[in-house]
Amino acid sequence: MKNFIIKMWQTIRRPSVHFSLGFLVIGGFIAGIIFWGGFNTALEVTNTEEFCISCHEMEDNPYEELKTTIHFSNRSGVRATCPDCHVPHKWTDKIARKMQASKEVWGKLFGTINTREKFEGKRRHLAENEWTRLKANDSLECRNCHNFDYMDFTSQSTRASEQHSTSLASGEKTCIDCHKGIAHELPDMEGVEGW
Amino acid sequence: MTKSLSTRTIAKKSLSMKSVFALLSAGILMSTLATFTNAEEVATLRNNTPLEVQKEPKVMPLVSNDDIKQKRNYPMQPPVIPHKVRNYQVDLKVNKCMSCHARNRTDESQAPMVSVTHYMNRDGNFLAEISPRRYFCNQCHVPQLDTEELVENTFKDMDTIMKEKQKAQKAQAEH
Ligand code: HEC
Ligand code: HEC
Ligand code: HEC
Ligand code: HEC
Repeated sequence: MKNFIIKMWQTIRRPSVHFSLGFLVIGGFIAGIIFWGGFNTALEVTNTEEFCISCHEMEDNPYEELKTTIHFSNRSGVRATCPDCHVPHKWTDKIARKMQASKEVWGKLFGTINTREKFEGKRRHLAENEWTRLKANDSLECRNCHNFDYMDFTSQSTRASEQHSTSLASGEKTCIDCHKGIAHELPDMEGVEGW
Repeated sequence: MTKSLSTRTIAKKSLSMKSVFALLSAGILMSTLATFTNAEEVATLRNNTPLEVQKEPKVMPLVSNDDIKQKRNYPMQPPVIPHKVRNYQVDLKVNKCMSCHARNRTDESQAPMVSVTHYMNRDGNFLAEISPRRYFCNQCHVPQLDTEELVENTFKDMDTIMKEKQKAQKAQAEH
């Protein structure tokens, strides 16, 4: 075993005798593109709603609940899918989120939330993770679709424009502070600020 | 036709039989009439659409969302909701209404506080939180639709009644 490793190392260290430097550089470049592309494609696949709801925990609970809300069906016909609200679109954030998401696959393997009751039991914890994330990124995902700069207060309801032109405009609050439960049922809100 | 024929033939046989049948057919006639008029009364909201036909539904009216308070028709009336409440969750876990209308939320929300009676239990003691018997807001408070009434409302509030009475008295005194 030890010999094998040493031999491998030597092979890797030895300059190439058969291939030109140019070939190696270009070849490496092409291989890099292929791997990077594959990685990207894998991310694209996992960035779809079909992927999310391929797990019944996600389909039976969040997805079913989403169906009755404005983000599923509305007058404008624009739909928000799971990744629109849950996975940042920026590259670096995207990878960071994927790393965190692999812990969910763990959850699937060990069946942490495979019934409605278990999901309800965990909901407060999961929701709090999401609130913290959205609070920290100033509700980035909401703002990807709802741009404050283009909000027309005059065509909003009085309640909405009053709240949006004060604490939202001043940056004191962000979307998720006031719009918790916009897409799913809420957990027991005992002790949550503002409830 | 067959019924009246048979009635006649049997009538020849006995008089008492005849009166029984007459009563019976009269009864049948009346009950059919009654069903017809009844059917019409019940069917008003269906615009006389036959029972086996599905009525073409009307366009769904929009919920009024102007945030303008409506006059109450009598002092004890639960005020109606002047805004949308679509998907507002009110169950054992949360009460979305109270996230704006609770006493300790009204500074941020600038919404009216729920009546102080909502904090009282049935013995009249004040609680820190909304009383369980007032918890489900939509039992008494409802949003309004931008639409015509399906049935004409003849309700008059007491101011109107009092004014009418005074007018009548005045008219009488002048005579
Ligand atoms: C392999 C099955 C599976 C798939 C696929 C999956 N989830 Fe999950 N998800 C879970 C489980 C299980 C949990 C609970 C994890 C735990 O117990 O901590 C969870 C938790 C979550 C949470 C709570 C977040 C947190 O930090 O606690 C969110 C949000 C979420 N999923 C969104 C998504 C989205 C969006 C997708 C698609 C991009 C997705 N999930 C795909 C199984 C899955
Ligand atoms: C994919 C784009 C998209 C994303 C992401 C998104 N929204 Fe929306 N949102 C919409 C659309 C489309 C509507 C419906 C517009 C209409 O027809 O009135 C809407 C409506 C709303 C409404 C109005 C609700 C009502 O009953 O009138 C609120 C509040 C809202 N979104 C908040 C949020 C918040 C908070 C987030 C972040 C967690 C978010 N949205 C993320 C697209 C999005
Ligand atoms: C200070 C609290 C507050 C903050 C912060 C806030 N909203 Fe709102 N928003 C409200 C209230 C209150 C309403 C009206 C009630 C409702 O729709 O439930 C509203 C309504 C809306 C509506 C519907 C508009 C209408 O005319 O009814 C949209 C869309 C919306 N918010 C999006 C957002 C987005 C996106 C953000 C973040 C950029 C945000 N809000 C931040 C309080 C807030
Ligand atoms: C409009 C934005 C939006 C969409 C679309 C959306 N979510 Fe969420 N999701 C949220 C927010 C905000 C939370 C934080 C909890 C809350 O406020 O309800 C959340 C929380 C969750 C949680 C934590 C448990 C809970 O109920 O709080 C899971 C799991 C989840 N979402 C999965 C999904 C899946 C799967 C989809 C697609 C079917 C989806 N979400 C679509 C905004 C969204």
